[in-house]
Amino acid sequence: MTKWNSGIVLENKRIRSTDIYIMKVRLKGDVDPSYPGQFVNIRCSKGTDPLLRRPISILRFDPAENIFEIVYEVRGKGTQYLSLLKQGEDLDVLGPLGNRFCLKEEYERIAVVGGGIGIFPLIHLLESLPEKVFADVFFGFRDSDRILWEILPKKDNIKLYISTDDKSFGYGGFITDLFKENTSDKKYDAVYTCGPKPMMKIVAEACMAKDIECFVSLEERMACGIGACLGCACRVQTENDKIGYGHVCKDGPVFNARKVVL
Amino acid sequence: MNEKNINLSIDIQGLKLKNPVIAASGTYGFGREYAEYVDLNDWGGISVKGLTLEERIGNPPPRTVETPSGMLNAIGLQNPGVHAFIQNELPFLRRFDTAVIANVAGNTAEEYATMARILDKADIDAIELNLSCPNVKKGCMAFGSTPEGIFQVVKDVRRETRKPLIVKLTPNVTDITEPAIAAQEAGADILSLINTLLGMVIDIHTRKPVLANNTGGLSGPAVRPVAVRMVYQVAQAVSIPVIGMGGITSGKDAIEFILAGASAVMVGTWNFADPACVKKITEEIKAYMIRYDISDLKELVGKVEIY
Repeated sequence: MTKWNSGIVLENKRIRSTDIYIMKVRLKGDVDPSYPGQFVNIRCSKGTDPLLRRPISILRFDPAENIFEIVYEVRGKGTQYLSLLKQGEDLDVLGPLGNRFCLKEEYERIAVVGGGIGIFPLIHLLESLPEKVFADVFFGFRDSDRILWEILPKKDNIKLYISTDDKSFGYGGFITDLFKENTSDKKYDAVYTCGPKPMMKIVAEACMAKDIECFVSLEERMACGIGACLGCACRVQTENDKIGYGHVCKDGPVFNARKVVL
Repeated sequence: MNEKNINLSIDIQGLKLKNPVIAASGTYGFGREYAEYVDLNDWGGISVKGLTLEERIGNPPPRTVETPSGMLNAIGLQNPGVHAFIQNELPFLRRFDTAVIANVAGNTAEEYATMARILDKADIDAIELNLSCPNVKKGCMAFGSTPEGIFQVVKDVRRETRKPLIVKLTPNVTDITEPAIAAQEAGADILSLINTLLGMVIDIHTRKPVLANNTGGLSGPAVRPVAVRMVYQVAQAVSIPVIGMGGITSGKDAIEFILAGASAVMVGTWNFADPACVKKITEEIKAYMIRYDISDLKELVGKVEIY
């Protein structure tokens, strides 16, 4: 078993009229499995510009077929390069990187709060959820076009709450308000969140006030993705309550909300 | 000429390299980080993340930003300190057949000297003085940007160690040959250059610099022509060997530096794009030597034919 280093694009398609794409890649060789929360760092050029790889969350991994999937939004040169890759082309990919969501065996009820393109690592978590665990899922989107029905989990043990910023579908407003309105009387074993930092901060503070374990999945500008360049620093609480820096690529991307400064 | 007759090894003032390709400090951690992706035995040497006397936590984020064919960084010398390096990192690195270079940075000349004294007794192959980090408030580039500053630090360090002493120069000066000559006069064995060029990127929507440190060091292919020029100028001005670096991505790039006057090269930022690049670079150097019927790489050092 080895780390991932190259694959072949099996599918790369745009989701309706959005600028969001879903890509399916078959890895070469006998590779390590990936777990919910982990990411890949993908080369997005055949030359030197863009220079750095792009870190992208893993949506799914099929160990029998060695196939992983990612979802990405075209935002700049790197993701544009990705969107132009065709079936059969090679992909230079490092993975699986980072730690994973901690889901303890004794957990029975969890909540998941995601915003925009932060929902993808959470979907990986939800799809691998044991049947006995119930999940209340809160996903916020900009508008109804961006609700990715194609990949939202549909399982009996998952209850989905959706908000849109422009009030075009579901709850109109912030996903954090929808989360608070529907969870004030509930006791979760853990809450998992990924998305814009202000959203994660509200979720984390609400959880800590009720003494609920909360796990946040962070994003930061990154170069190597493997803990060497020390570029993707995030503020963490050290043992003696001093401020230190952890690194999203290696110590994360998933952090216990109590240990990280949002 | 075939592959078997080719000699890539070089002894630079006692620093023995089996091939001329070294991982540049600050881009390669302590080697351990890359071990799952690349055979560390492929490197001629590894220059470790810049060490300080005590642990440093580094600068606040954001610490990096991409630029055209390059990047800015302002890590701020985050590292566990020289003692932790010797105790926790060096034994792992020593399991590989590669030269280990300890890169050190200090606030004062005294700190540099103290670290040299400690490292002189450690199982390392060379000491590289970082007199060129642009991202910390004290020391480093403050010394490295004047010939007097360089001379003082190198002289104080030279007294403490007999290990091969490399002095890494900053390009953020008007005339690169002045600090180069000062380092040679103070007893440096080898010069390495260039460190990063000070740069800045501004987010026009927030009107703030992208880096929390406001400025950062530019590296990557974007700096290569500047680096080649400076290596050429320094190699002309001094009699000690030079290690060249700045945006190397291929054997072709490495040969450019060698022709300019470098006895060996360092590869930094490109490791982020291609962690397995060392093998390709070494193979491409060999292919060049076969093509031009060169059996020993030393024959190429400084052989640029100037107009």
